Amino acid sequence: MKELVVISGKGGTGKTTITASFAAMAKNAVIADCDVDAPNLHLLLRPRIMETHSFYGMDKAEIDLEKCNECYNCQNACNFDAIDDALIINQHICEGCGVCEYVCETDAINMVKKISGAVFGSATNHGTMVHAELRIGEEASGKLVSAVKERARSIALENENELIITDGPPGTGCPVLATITGADLALIVTEPSLSGMHDLERVLQVTEHFEIPAIVCINKYDINEKNAGKIEEFCNERGVEVVGKLPYHPSPNMAMREETTVVEYRKNVLSEGLKALWERVVSELDQKEVTLLPAR
Amino acid sequence: MKIAIASGKGGTGKTTVAVNLALSIPNSQLVDCDVEEPNCNLFLNKELEPIASSKITVPNIDEELCTYCGKCSQMCRFNAIATLPEKVIIFPTLCHSCGGCILDCPEHAISGREKCTGIISRSADMEDHPRLYEGVLNIGESMASPVIKELKRWIEPDAVTIIDSPPGTGCPVMTTLEDTDHCILVTEPTPFGLHDLRLAVEMVKIMNIPVGVIINRSEEGNLIIEEYCDKENIDVLMRIPLNKRIAELYSQGIPFVEEMPEWKERFSDLFEKIVNEKVLA
Repeated sequence: MKELVVISGKGGTGKTTITASFAAMAKNAVIADCDVDAPNLHLLLRPRIMETHSFYGMDKAEIDLEKCNECYNCQNACNFDAIDDALIINQHICEGCGVCEYVCETDAINMVKKISGAVFGSATNHGTMVHAELRIGEEASGKLVSAVKERARSIALENENELIITDGPPGTGCPVLATITGADLALIVTEPSLSGMHDLERVLQVTEHFEIPAIVCINKYDINEKNAGKIEEFCNERGVEVVGKLPYHPSPNMAMREETTVVEYRKNVLSEGLKALWERVVSELDQKEVTLLPAR
Repeated sequence: MKIAIASGKGGTGKTTVAVNLALSIPNSQLVDCDVEEPNCNLFLNKELEPIASSKITVPNIDEELCTYCGKCSQMCRFNAIATLPEKVIIFPTLCHSCGGCILDCPEHAISGREKCTGIISRSADMEDHPRLYEGVLNIGESMASPVIKELKRWIEPDAVTIIDSPPGTGCPVMTTLEDTDHCILVTEPTPFGLHDLRLAVEMVKIMNIPVGVIINRSEEGNLIIEEYCDKENIDVLMRIPLNKRIAELYSQGIPFVEEMPEWKERFSDLFEKIVNEKVLA
């Protein structure tokens, strides 16, 4: 089983549009939406939820003021300033470290399990999809990403799926690191704008840092062909392969309104480009196997 | 007056709005809190000088004193310490700097060690409007919030402050929005844009921050965002049309108020409107 993750650094470059089309073309894959802060893949793949698992974020500290002797050890020990002078614990600021419980003289503080979201296993027209919902104001997106990945892996093992296709979050921080951990290949989707180019460089540094093999796709390459050329040059110098260039096209928005993927929506230059891109990505994944095999 | 520019979905135009708005308000400062991918300066090209670094405290183990009892690993709820029979392994990227391991170690073998996770910079020329403050999360680091907190400490309290937020609704966004006076959510009129706008609105409501919406790449006849905002009683502050000239300027890294001065006026009016609302409230 292999894991392909689609990331971008910059948001809005087309990760979800591309991932959804991959899902429609893949045979025998599990699809995972790891952009748990702003999940959109379900809007194109219309999952029917088959299983729901409660997601527990970090435990949160709760104080029983009846037992409290007002020693203020907890307030002094809390490095997050989550406990105010009235000894009320701010649940949004509490990171769940348990230090207050540890220093409490009278056992007045307990760490309590809190449901902060859910992980879903769903059926789609293109195979099983794992996705999640984080309650608003909850702050454990990295942990939830790991829970989505874990569920996707166990489903893939159970059903003997060959591939997990993961839609990743933007950025370079915690949720991205949780997404790319253990991936066999990262497809980085960029666009030929200054921001797209800048963010590509940063996210490539991240994949290099964690030694995740990466390939690049330039989306909407024709909105600025000069910049697209610069991206290709940059990738060349860095030894990173540009495996596809997709044109700007109105069909992603049209397909989105019909709640379907670009490759299913209507045959056009973009859907053809996506098919060619998918073939390239599959062959990159296959090559990975060859290079990973011990030399004979 | 601190105005944060946020969005649920990435790539809707937060940075474009933040930069153009700051350029349209005299004496304003611009604070780029998207520390994972800071992009404001791509449009301003200012010379920046580093002024601070964000540090977190991670455990440092004195192996001479350590008995490998494993208490620190049990205490740590972030799985940042693994104790093996004759070795302790620390994972600094998982550490939240709570100090629990230091407190719990019976041998007093653990001390705190400062670790730099990001760099704060600002315009070298402070007279050059708008003054820019920027934070950058070091590559390989996971936690953006400490960098954002350090960056926000540098905000000059008396100047009008425009804050460019990261995308999403997670902890970096909430850290960015804390203590702001107004939040502008930038969205686009697509099902993705609407879906993520809803999430962002719920978050801003929980935080009790007044909110308005800017529709970017707005098209005639497409009213999906307006219909939602009407229902939720949220002001649509501005529509930036899907316009070739604006898109070209964006791809060249030119803030469009520089070439299209009528927009400078519109941004300036928008700011006045937010200020008046605050006064009335």
